[in-house]
Amino acid sequence: MTARVALVLVSHSAELARGAAELAGQMAPDVLVRGVGGGPDGGLGTSLDAIQQTLEEVLAVLADAGAGAGAAGGGVVVLGDLGSSVLTVEAALELDDTLAEHAVLARAPFVEGAVAAAVTAHGGADRDAVLASANAAIGMFATIEAAQSPGAAEPPSAGEPEGARTVTVRNPLGLHARPAALVSRKVAELGASVTIDGVDASSVLQLMALGATRGRELRVEATGDGATEAVATVVEMIESGFGEV
Amino acid sequence: MALDADWAERWVRRTADAIADAKDELTELDRQIGDGDHGENMHRGFHAVVARLDDPAAQPGAADERTVGDVLKLVATTLMSTVGGASGPLYGTAYLRAAKVSGRPQIDPPAVVAVLEAALEGVSSRGKATVGEKTMVDAWQAAVDAAEAASGDGGSEVDVLRAAAEAADKAATGTIPMVATKGRASYLGERSAGHEDPGARSTALVLGAALAAALAGPESADPRGAA
Repeated sequence: MTARVALVLVSHSAELARGAAELAGQMAPDVLVRGVGGGPDGGLGTSLDAIQQTLEEVLAVLADAGAGAGAAGGGVVVLGDLGSSVLTVEAALELDDTLAEHAVLARAPFVEGAVAAAVTAHGGADRDAVLASANAAIGMFATIEAAQSPGAAEPPSAGEPEGARTVTVRNPLGLHARPAALVSRKVAELGASVTIDGVDASSVLQLMALGATRGRELRVEATGDGATEAVATVVEMIESGFGEV
Repeated sequence: MALDADWAERWVRRTADAIADAKDELTELDRQIGDGDHGENMHRGFHAVVARLDDPAAQPGAADERTVGDVLKLVATTLMSTVGGASGPLYGTAYLRAAKVSGRPQIDPPAVVAVLEAALEGVSSRGKATVGEKTMVDAWQAAVDAAEAASGDGGSEVDVLRAAAEAADKAATGTIPMVATKGRASYLGERSAGHEDPGARSTALVLGAALAAALAGPESADPRGAA
């Protein structure tokens, strides 16, 4: 674990929390992602005690790793699913000033927000950036629809792309979760602003929503510092088939 | 008569009894417009509160200078830990905020109003609900308004609690024709009309117990004391 921001995913269901944490964690292996769910009696619901305990454990792990609590920009981003999960997290933060200082609650769709936040945290982003990434997940659907609607054939951009190439997807499943995470993490490291078929290539959610499978031709464009190299890097990744061909 | 920590404990014990008696009714109300667990959740929560009050090792505050707030804080943390549904953090926050303004051995009528206001503020800020959305806020707001008026008229502690309890009961009934726009019942839209909001009903039970505890006085407070 090297990321300074960890995620805690709070659900009514222990299985949903565990599954979401597994999914987000797989896409961002450097990030500590913990799920907590279920009521005090083990059924559906939320447990204040379990949430408090999980937050404390996660903060302790971050502190041991020299990240998080002590480090600038570190901490925990929390996502909840429905009503009482969110309310109980808010109550936990109101009850304990230490938790309130180091943990912040996102207002985001549970799965999409967790995945986006995990991938952002993986790149070493600070807590505010991870929170923003989670919160932006709600706008993903509208963004993709706008980018893919026929009227928006020319994606709005600052100008002519400085690098542009077309590449054909080679692996059967294409830009599914793991490859999308690889590409978006790489793009986040690069200085240039990269789009693939008009969507933001640093957004794992938008890449996955392209639904690009084998044989699909994708237009990779970039502007800004190192645009040409960025396009070459992304094209190379896609052409490699992500080790799946 | 003054309202002290013993009154607060009687209030909580009577609330637990009232919730236990109304468990099926609350569950039935919640089954009609929610997820059907309100009675069971509240019963589990207040059962746990009473268990802690009965536990010599879990007593709130120092025995000789226990405050009203000490008792309410114990209720808050216990409900948050044990209720499991949305009413846990909602009622938990209400009692927590109420505890913050009642950290003294006795409270007078204006302080009773402050306790109710703090509870209302806790519920509405946590649930992000306002009056008229068919939630427990409707009952809490009516109780605060009535309590303020009673206190302003120079009423006693009992007068203030009676005004609050009666207003909450009326407001709970008043949620029947409303269309829910907050909480689980809002998923039903127009179909939520014609049913009483279970959270507003349980709020009326809580405030009815506060009045009953004040009327009962310390003599009949604690059956264990006589044993």
